[in-house]
Amino acid sequence: MKTIVRLENVSKSFEKDKYVINNLSLDVYEGEFLTLLGSSGCGKTTILRMISGLEHVTDGKVYIDDKDVTELDPTKREVNTIFQNFALFPHMTVFENVSFGLRMKKVSKKEIESRVKKVLKLVELDGYEDRYPSQLSGGQQQRVAIARGIVMNPKVLLLDESLASLDLKLKRMMQIELKKIQRKLGITFIYVTHDQDEALTMSDRIIIIEKGVIKQEGSPQEIYQNPNSTFVADFIGESNLLTSTIDKINDTTIDVKFDNKIFVVNREEEDNIGDKVYLMIRPENVLVSNKEINNSSKGIIKTLVYDGAVTKLFVDTEGDFDLKVNVQGNTNYKEGDTLYIAVENKNIVPIREKKNEKRR
Amino acid sequence: MKHKKLKNIFIGLVLFFLYLPIIVLVVYSFNTSKMNIVFEGFTFDWYKNLFNNRDLIEAFINTLIIAVTSTVVSTIIGTLGAVGLNKYDFKFKSFINLLIYIPIVIPEIVLGISLLSIYTLTKIELGMFTLILSHIAFSIPFVIVSVRSTLSSTLKTYEEAAKDLGANSMNTFFKVTLPQMMPGVISGAILAFTLSLDDVVISYFTSGPGSNTLPLKIYSMIKTGISPDVNALSTLMLLATMIILTTSAIIQSRKIVGGTK
Repeated sequence: MKTIVRLENVSKSFEKDKYVINNLSLDVYEGEFLTLLGSSGCGKTTILRMISGLEHVTDGKVYIDDKDVTELDPTKREVNTIFQNFALFPHMTVFENVSFGLRMKKVSKKEIESRVKKVLKLVELDGYEDRYPSQLSGGQQQRVAIARGIVMNPKVLLLDESLASLDLKLKRMMQIELKKIQRKLGITFIYVTHDQDEALTMSDRIIIIEKGVIKQEGSPQEIYQNPNSTFVADFIGESNLLTSTIDKINDTTIDVKFDNKIFVVNREEEDNIGDKVYLMIRPENVLVSNKEINNSSKGIIKTLVYDGAVTKLFVDTEGDFDLKVNVQGNTNYKEGDTLYIAVENKNIVPIREKKNEKRR
Repeated sequence: MKHKKLKNIFIGLVLFFLYLPIIVLVVYSFNTSKMNIVFEGFTFDWYKNLFNNRDLIEAFINTLIIAVTSTVVSTIIGTLGAVGLNKYDFKFKSFINLLIYIPIVIPEIVLGISLLSIYTLTKIELGMFTLILSHIAFSIPFVIVSVRSTLSSTLKTYEEAAKDLGANSMNTFFKVTLPQMMPGVISGAILAFTLSLDDVVISYFTSGPGSNTLPLKIYSMIKTGISPDVNALSTLMLLATMIILTTSAIIQSRKIVGGTK
């Protein structure tokens, strides 16, 4: 896979000695849909702006297509940005907006017309050339913004929380639409968001960022199924995090003890008996039963939330812990009911908080 | 119901006292009598008189020259000033922001005297040049304040979007920033123009021989008693201002309609 954007030991500080991004390195591959995911203020937008050139790096190097662009002006970088509120020029029509970049590049009138026509067709907005942005719906504005970016044939398209201002239904639709457009064009998309749902839906690869540091990167499946820290486990999807201790070390597995029960999970080299291990259990992986089953705990349903496709149970167990449980579809359970819960070993993800991650 | 009636009476009284003097002025400009006491008959004589009064016409032309030049110059300087103050961070910025309001709030007479003393100090001869210079000086803060009201953080995003699409700073300013600021620039220019047009106090201090302006001329005419030709002149000025304001209002509303329909 060819690297299209490379950040090399990049740092950024807006105030002296206060680093938003500290010594971050990151590779983006050609043609992928990469999502930078993090809560607000984690520095993800700053990373994006350093790639577009709207923000200069304090330290480090930025490469686009193997060219060092660290000192290059945003006007000369072959990347384009879709801004959070689209930033469509309100005094220009759709055509004028989309053709703006080409006009700045002094592309011939004929070519502008054919290129604008082509992208407007791609985003299904042909016939809207003479409308003003204020005459368009949110979804249409979004698509104009995308058209304005991709008409420039950028090497990379940067999207800064570009779906945040749309309502839920439209957002869901645009997520699929965006992915479709990206596949069709084969352009690299770097998408910034705080919405884990969006990240899971659209990305080929997700990079999770906290306080300017990469916490984990991988495909949506990898990140959802194997979070490497409690932060990621908590941030992506719903999870139960239970604290256990290592009871016995076997050849490839370890026995961990929790609530006087033994669970078997994969071993890691630096494991020692007595070490603390978090057990991450997704709510949908918890088995519920009316009868006692193997290795199960008894509990009482404290709260029941009906959420359409799933019913969420908050179970207060006899041991000293609460558990979130998702049950598919309808159940006959009511709040206050007693039930037994169990988890298969394969659905338990051990997380060891590495000591070296706490250096900050 | 009763409240509504009271409200209407109140509004009526406000409008009555506001516009009564103007109505009287307009009516008496058509009065055959030389006295502003009784209305004797209808005539256009005072308007004819006006156009034969060469002093008055000369003063009028002077006023127009001053108003147009000072409006153009102060609008350009004020607009750039507003953009600069918005865009860049520098030392004493908040202090300068405060400083801008001083020429707006200090008594005109103080400004007039201080300008006069500057001209005397630098030995600049009083005349059209000093008048224009002074009008530019007192108009700039009004333009800055007016333009600044149209600048926002969204505008910054628009500029970044333009840059991202490859527009250099010139193109960004003229194609994106300026069109967005236009309502503020236009209202600032209108403000500067009307301020210049009817300024008496500062002009009084900074005018020299042979550089009479219309307001100054009227002021001196009043000293010898209000004659109906002053009424006629004022009526004409009223008409001119109303035309300017109406056209600008129409232009602005058309733009809004064009943007939203």
